[in-house]
Amino acid sequence: MLDLVDGWLVHSAERIHAEADALTRLDQAIGDGDHGANLDRGFTAILATVEAGRPSGEGVEAAAERLHAAGRTLISTVGGASGPLYGSALLRAAAAIRSAASEVSKAELVVLGLEAAGEGVSALGHATVGEKTMLDALMPAAEAARDALDGGGDVAGVASAAADAADAGAVATIPMLATKGRASYLGERSIGHQDPGATSAALILRALADALVD
Amino acid sequence: MTTTPTRMKKLINAAGDVVPDGLAGLAAAYPDLLSVDVEHRVVLRSAGPTRGNVALVSGGGSGHEPLHAGYVGTGMLTAVCPGEIFTSPVPDQIERATRAADGGAGVLHIIKNYTGDVLNFEMAAELVAGEIEVASVVTNDDVSVEDSLYTAGRRGVGVTVLVEKIAGAAAESGASLAEVEAIARRVNEQGRSMGLALTSCVVPSAGTPTFELADDEVEVGIGIHGEPGRQRRKLASVDEMAEWLVSPIVADLSLTRGQTVLALVNGMGGTPLIELYIAFASVAKILSGLGIGIARNLVGNYITSLEMAGFSVTLLRLDDELVRLWDAPVHTPALRWGM
Repeated sequence: MLDLVDGWLVHSAERIHAEADALTRLDQAIGDGDHGANLDRGFTAILATVEAGRPSGEGVEAAAERLHAAGRTLISTVGGASGPLYGSALLRAAAAIRSAASEVSKAELVVLGLEAAGEGVSALGHATVGEKTMLDALMPAAEAARDALDGGGDVAGVASAAADAADAGAVATIPMLATKGRASYLGERSIGHQDPGATSAALILRALADALVD
Repeated sequence: MTTTPTRMKKLINAAGDVVPDGLAGLAAAYPDLLSVDVEHRVVLRSAGPTRGNVALVSGGGSGHEPLHAGYVGTGMLTAVCPGEIFTSPVPDQIERATRAADGGAGVLHIIKNYTGDVLNFEMAAELVAGEIEVASVVTNDDVSVEDSLYTAGRRGVGVTVLVEKIAGAAAESGASLAEVEAIARRVNEQGRSMGLALTSCVVPSAGTPTFELADDEVEVGIGIHGEPGRQRRKLASVDEMAEWLVSPIVADLSLTRGQTVLALVNGMGGTPLIELYIAFASVAKILSGLGIGIARNLVGNYITSLEMAGFSVTLLRLDDELVRLWDAPVHTPALRWGM
């Protein structure tokens, strides 16, 4: 499981870095133009911790430790709302897989992690789906992952279902009126722009599918 | 949104070094007033906290100078933690500033209402819970945003400067944490702001203007992050544009004939002082016509948005106590009187 988490974090850092300018341009339209730079800083810091060596625990515990440390890194390096929100998502995912029963499959761990991450962001941000935020990618992704698991999907199937749903969710934010976060100040003028937070969430979930193709 | 590339032309060494380089400059300019930890991005009064006094800690994204580091000093803030440009500081940094500022009588966090600032300050308060008594006030004075279920709530803008000055005077006089917090809340409740922009600004890490405005357009109802406002209108005379800002404030505060206010006419960073004086004259004329007196005023760049051109108006309804605390001595890089 640690290999999967590490692969996912590395692919996330690569995707965020490659798309940092695009994220910033989306943020310039309905926010303050720093989303790409901030996330790039955070994931670059995570990359350094992954390269520095493996956590002390074994099996799922090692994966949980890695996720927890990555969450702490995001909270202490990103700033803004996205630092605490993505950081808490990883802390929640770490706790969820750590407390899962020992016989749980990798695919189910991914689903449990995604569900906990979505709930964590929703609780901390006092937000729900349909408000033009990262939850519009995260929540459908968790649901699609659960459906894929229930349909007998393996971990790769679960991850690609999550990534596809997140992509669709991010695109679906375009006609939405923002009611949470910086874009909400624009009122009606937020309509017609894709949400940068939902877009970065979709990139991060696509990275999970990438990690399973390697 | 257009993205016409405009070459970034700034007095910087590297886009990634703007915050530390700026802090190093503050340290060099005000060694008598400030103790600057450039590595951890914490600015503290050079003399440290006053034992037995409530400490005031604020912070937020950089790019709003002189807010907040320019307001560290006697009679105002104890410590601040500047984040990246337009990005809130992180919890560890706020925790460090809080610990450095604590003089044993508790710490008041002054937070501008933005989701990121609120989340990071909440996390920092949890990190010191049980060790340092922390209270917080969240400023939310921007009348251009409806405070409703459909927004993140009103933004904290110009009134933040007034909260920092007035609550700072209360803390300096030896008031308790509960008393300082109550004064800060009262200033926030009695103050409202609204701003407009003639131009956007360039976040160094982005390298291009956050938005584009035609030569004859203004963004009305802006915040302080170069973000677009509530609506776009045609440029008008400053008398007329001042009216766009003052009327909603007067209505929202229910200001009535015979009341007195503190009027802050604030430049967004790229507007010459002479234009701010003209804007102040417009504001004074409008208020005089309504029978509202300006007992105190402040005209200049106090809470900015990088090189954005434009101005904001903040009106604070005054009472005797607020006037006394406003007049109390203050000595910081950006505000100084009485000492």
